[in-house]
Amino acid sequence: MAEQLLAHRGEPLAARTAWAVRSWWLCARMWMRSMMAYRASFALNLLASLATHSLDFVVLVIMFRHTDRLGGWNLPEIAFLYATATFSLGVANMLVGSVDGLGVRIVNGSLDTMLIRPAPALSQLCAERFSLRRLGRPLQAVAVLAWSLAALDVHWTWDRVLLVPVLLVCGSVIFGAIYVGGATVQFWWGESKEIQNSFTYGGATLLHYPPTIFAKELVAGVVFGVPLAFVNWLPALHILGRPDPLGLPVAFQYASPVAAALCVAAAGLAWRAGLRAYRGTGS
Amino acid sequence: MLNAVPAGARPPDPTAAPAASPRPDAAAALGLYAAVAHGAFRRYSTYRAATLAGTFTNTVFGIILASSFLALWQARPGLGGYDQSQAVTYIWVSQALLVTVAVWGGGFQDDVQDRFRSGDIAVDLYRPVDFQGWWLATDLGRAAFQLLVRGTGPMLVGALVFRTRLPENPLTWAFFLLSVLLAVVVSFGLRFLVSITGFWLHDSEGVRSVMLVVSMFFSGMLLPIALFPGLLGDLAPVLPWAALVKVPTDVFLERASGSGLLGALGFQLAWAAALLAAGRGAQWLATRRVVVQGG
Repeated sequence: MAEQLLAHRGEPLAARTAWAVRSWWLCARMWMRSMMAYRASFALNLLASLATHSLDFVVLVIMFRHTDRLGGWNLPEIAFLYATATFSLGVANMLVGSVDGLGVRIVNGSLDTMLIRPAPALSQLCAERFSLRRLGRPLQAVAVLAWSLAALDVHWTWDRVLLVPVLLVCGSVIFGAIYVGGATVQFWWGESKEIQNSFTYGGATLLHYPPTIFAKELVAGVVFGVPLAFVNWLPALHILGRPDPLGLPVAFQYASPVAAALCVAAAGLAWRAGLRAYRGTGS
Repeated sequence: MLNAVPAGARPPDPTAAPAASPRPDAAAALGLYAAVAHGAFRRYSTYRAATLAGTFTNTVFGIILASSFLALWQARPGLGGYDQSQAVTYIWVSQALLVTVAVWGGGFQDDVQDRFRSGDIAVDLYRPVDFQGWWLATDLGRAAFQLLVRGTGPMLVGALVFRTRLPENPLTWAFFLLSVLLAVVVSFGLRFLVSITGFWLHDSEGVRSVMLVVSMFFSGMLLPIALFPGLLGDLAPVLPWAALVKVPTDVFLERASGSGLLGALGFQLAWAAALLAAGRGAQWLATRRVVVQGG
């Protein structure tokens, strides 16, 4: 076991990443099989999750029964923001969201069990209780996105078309990194889970609305601080042809892949630091 | 989680309970429930770091939602009978209520759920304390702590960052506290009914998740009920969920006064009584069922 574990230590980053992804997939497949034992329960849960997450959009639609612009943006534009933010959060939540259970595992000592298994602990944590019923959120977002793209009055140039899938991928990666980075804080502060919620769920709620309605300090905070603005705000400004309320250089609107890469690097470093600082209680 | 319960919040040890008098008089019973509520208050106050983290999250959501409401009310001043500062205050009051009133469930529900899983629920039922009264007392203690901390913290930040509207009449504070108390009881009544389905379903998680959706929407937590269109707008104000967020915010924002205020509090009281009675009936059915299974 130890040899297997150490076998990957000296290998290049690409090989280690591939091994981590493969470990994640093995764990996730196991959980999927176990959850699928209860098909009716799965179907009901998926439907309930679809309904729950649609409610946020229903609220936006009700708001737009009273006005036709919010912060100068119309409903299809806001639906685009809503759908892209929700999709990114939903995919990240499905793939790595379980990592926020770290604090509980540290308290009850079951993290130690993960550490002695011949697979990266992070992969195991992320795949924990993996369930396709978490598809409810992204599925519902895809439906809203389809409606929004049909209803938008946008001149579709090739770079705008290309930016949509880039946005979805990078947005999911950024949220994924926030999940992992946020969970890392639990190595030091076990009860910090709720703080993480304000960056993931709170962040997605923030990104449902156009940046024009928020204080400039807050918008600057999510560009240069926790880079949520790169999930959808900045690329959406270009796709929808909207002026940037902060007046940042145009390059920022294309910079989501760079932001995503930086987020992943930061989350990875934080995870390693956390894991080094961790001392099992032996319980 | 249960291991962390200080002695005061645990179901009493049957041997330590007044076993000699199975029907203690009213004053002793009240003292017992007060002690239970106090224990629950103390229990929640031990999770300091988690409370701090939760307060931070409430504040973040408050800032985001208040900004979105500000934008909506800038586009449509006076919408739903709220002016701008009222609309913003609505968000901060509702954030204060979210956990206090347990709009999305939780509180005693988590404990009861654990006890269903472990089978301890059967032990709870033959204790010389009323099952419903016991859990109501713990929930009131929990709510008191959360109103104090998770209620006031975000409100202070809200008042600093936004132009909020505090009650003009000092008596309003008293009515608001009364309204929050009734809201917690109504919410308890609803959650108790959900939890008690566990006697039949063994796991009330599914019912709970449906309840969460209904509760978040119809309480006015996501959007004031006054903005709901058509039939939804007619239906929502008479459903019990309106007692959770809509009525306390109306009281705080002084949208109801005189007989309107009494009517609003009466509405909460009526639902509280009806739900507690329904819970009592369901408990009676459930305990019969447990006896049948045990026999």
